[in-house]
Amino acid sequence: MSDGCPTIRFTVNGQDVAVETLPMKRLLDVLREDLHLTGTKEGCGEGECGSCSVRMNGELVNSCLIPVLQAEGAAIQTVEGLAINGELHPLQKAFLQCGGAQCGICTPGMLMAATQLLAINPHPSMPEIREGLAGNLCRCTGFTRIFESVVSAASADTSNLQAQADHAR
Amino acid sequence: MDPIEKTRIVGAPVLRKEGVDKLLGRARYVDDIEREGMWFGLTVRSTIPRGFIRSIGFDRRIDWSQFTVVTAADIPGKNHIHLIIADQPVLADGMVNHCDEAILLLAHPDKHKLREAASAVHIEYDPLPPVFTIDESERQETIVWGADNLIKSFLLEKGDVDSAWSNAAHIVEGEYRTGAQEHLYIENNGMIAEWNPETGITVWGSLQCPYYVHKSLLAVFDLPEDKVRVIQTETGGAFGGKEDYPSTLASHAALLAFKSGHIVKMVYDRMEDLAATTKRHPSRVRHRTALASNGKLLAMDIEVATDGGAYTTLSSTVLSRATLHSPGPYVCPNVRVRAHAWATNTVPYGAFRGFGAPQSIFAIERHMDEIAAVIGLDPVELRRRNFLHDGDTTATEQVMRDPVILDKLLDRALAESDYYDRHKKFAQQNQSNPIKRGLGIAAFFHGSGFTGSGERYLNSLAGIDVIPEGKVRILVANTEFGQGTNTVLSQIAAEALNIGYDDIIVAQPDTSVVPNSGPTVASRTTMVVGHLIERAGAQLLTMLREHAGLGAHFTPKEFFAACERYRSSHGKVESLCRYEAPPGIFWDDKTYHGEAYPAYVWSVQVAQVAVDTVTYSAEVEDFWSVQEVGRVLNPILAGGQIEGGIAQAIGYALYEKVLLQNGHMANNQMTNYIMPTAEDVPPIHVYFEQIPFRYGGFGAKGIGELPHDGPAPAILNAIRDATGVGFNTIPLLPEDLFLELSMREPQVETAPV
Repeated sequence: MSDGCPTIRFTVNGQDVAVETLPMKRLLDVLREDLHLTGTKEGCGEGECGSCSVRMNGELVNSCLIPVLQAEGAAIQTVEGLAINGELHPLQKAFLQCGGAQCGICTPGMLMAATQLLAINPHPSMPEIREGLAGNLCRCTGFTRIFESVVSAASADTSNLQAQADHAR
Repeated sequence: MDPIEKTRIVGAPVLRKEGVDKLLGRARYVDDIEREGMWFGLTVRSTIPRGFIRSIGFDRRIDWSQFTVVTAADIPGKNHIHLIIADQPVLADGMVNHCDEAILLLAHPDKHKLREAASAVHIEYDPLPPVFTIDESERQETIVWGADNLIKSFLLEKGDVDSAWSNAAHIVEGEYRTGAQEHLYIENNGMIAEWNPETGITVWGSLQCPYYVHKSLLAVFDLPEDKVRVIQTETGGAFGGKEDYPSTLASHAALLAFKSGHIVKMVYDRMEDLAATTKRHPSRVRHRTALASNGKLLAMDIEVATDGGAYTTLSSTVLSRATLHSPGPYVCPNVRVRAHAWATNTVPYGAFRGFGAPQSIFAIERHMDEIAAVIGLDPVELRRRNFLHDGDTTATEQVMRDPVILDKLLDRALAESDYYDRHKKFAQQNQSNPIKRGLGIAAFFHGSGFTGSGERYLNSLAGIDVIPEGKVRILVANTEFGQGTNTVLSQIAAEALNIGYDDIIVAQPDTSVVPNSGPTVASRTTMVVGHLIERAGAQLLTMLREHAGLGAHFTPKEFFAACERYRSSHGKVESLCRYEAPPGIFWDDKTYHGEAYPAYVWSVQVAQVAVDTVTYSAEVEDFWSVQEVGRVLNPILAGGQIEGGIAQAIGYALYEKVLLQNGHMANNQMTNYIMPTAEDVPPIHVYFEQIPFRYGGFGAKGIGELPHDGPAPAILNAIRDATGVGFNTIPLLPEDLFLELSMREPQVETAPV
């Protein structure tokens, strides 16, 4: 990078990163271009579609609206940070089993919004799920199966999920 | 009726083939791909709707030697996008016919330099008068396309409409209009192109139809077939919006790559995608209907008019589907449909889920409720009295040879929605409630696969091979963009070969690898291509039994061992099949008569809508959809198609308005082009009746477009039921409700407490 670019330090999915970049560069672009974490998607570039949703210090943000300087010292979580050692996160499993992902382009942002929702409200009602996901647009599913995915992931009865998965094999 | 065959994998809710990659954020969409030394491209577009390009100037503040600039003069082959008619240029040459038409292309290694450079290109025009609407275009006072503005017309005639009026107990007329609709796939259009003097042009991109793009690039570059290669990358939604447009974008990216010598990526931002790419055709449909005193249809005189935009693209075939769906799922002895697609100076309208059918079904299904009101019959009963049944003929005199179960679908929709009790309850509640609730119904069919002779002309080839790593690989040009192509074709192959779902992989659609199995459009993939895969599987088993000692019963291990024996004696293990039309399917393009579609799918939908007479908002509160789509191969994917289509059509009816100002889409942002969110979509109840279609993949017919056909009329019928006012234009926004309802009321006052 050119002279005069500051180094911005933060963590992504628990890893320390230091990026020398223009401070006004969008967090979305830093994630995708500098850190090669392309799971986070751009859909509109103006904070309407939520495809670029990531978690920043435990809040859900549109990374297209965050200049990277605001991320200095922050803890960022992206879709790449959901699965642990290749084991799908319960929400990822639920989306897979319930048909919560179709074309997949809104899915990373939707998963982050759902993660945020369950982090603050582990057993949301249907109106709470709708409100929690209202900032994330999906054009394929009509949302129905996304709601089911969230309900399924929030449900303590994971044996039922396992049974579905076994049946689907 | 064929019984439903017992199957292991077909019909099961197997997991989406590429699902894990999508959930991990690992799936690679075109914008996720980086290449060493890649440049970026940008398009300079027309700012006027119609006129001559007088001059193109380049501001000296930019060092143009750092940029690659492409104009029409740089095109080595033909300056047109190959589709139906060669009227659309790749780059405007001397004249523009719509706002946002591509004039010039720029490429640079730093994408952030492109915007400033684009603003330093000064284009001067000599404007010509534009035409923006169907009504203006058909007056032919200003000719903007061909000799008469008329892109295409059809005349469909059955019986003798003109002699029917004198015997009619009732004659009901109506005019119905639909607006443009944007696909709003969440992934914008994008393409990467590379030029190599030895191998030619290669493009990677977000697209539905690799061989459409291939054919276009051959013409634009005047290259032989083996010097153009098109590869589909993971595609983030399409809905028809990536059927024809990618041919234009691929040509642009490839021209920049060809001239610059660098790999070039072009990915639109949302504003450019909304302003410059295709939308659903606006329409105006007029009905004049003669009825007997018992509500039986005697004659239907229908005029269908669509706005095609500035160039033909797919307007003629969209018009054809609109024509064939305009009489609805009803039997009528005398039908005349006069259909016209008119040119205007807007971005060309193109393919969008339903492809003309949602427009004409909106008209007929709204019209049925207006007829019911005029003759004093229950709209449900009116439909029932006129439904097509087995053995009846359609307007093209196609005999319904396969079972038609509209009565059963209707009965189930009424039962599941508790229609009559609910209706009674609302009628009572509405008297004292400023929120008026109503129920609306729509009944409709959708023709599966290409219209008329289309599938014969396509002559699709598809199949499977077995790779040495011990997997069966699906070889099709049909693409996955969320609807489930990969999964369903894998299920079919696994079932046909009697091996596991995990034993199947799907080749990336790459024109250097896969045969031309036709475009991924028209709800044809599972039915038509799926059947080819089913046949290819059976053919492979025969090959292995005859030449590689495969037994009557085998394990997957024995299957793959037989494949390796076959490979050692024959070189490769491949089974391809070509399309064969089902028997008795004949379509006459000249008389516009015959078997318009090899199969039809059927649906009855019920919408519950609440209209707030204080805020004038209309909200869909509940939705029921019953359909017969042949065999359901994967209940999760099938349900997802229905739900997604309904949500998209709710937007079509109540939210999504393309606002044109001087021919430019003024609301080209997600901020002000409004689609339904998680809070707007009602509970959607989906029910399937299954009648296997013997010429579809394991009994399947098409599914993807059907659910988009019915919601708009069902919703507006519900609003009529709730308010007593029939609205005939969509989108129907709160301001439209306000204008009409506030004029009509003496408001029903709420009872004092």
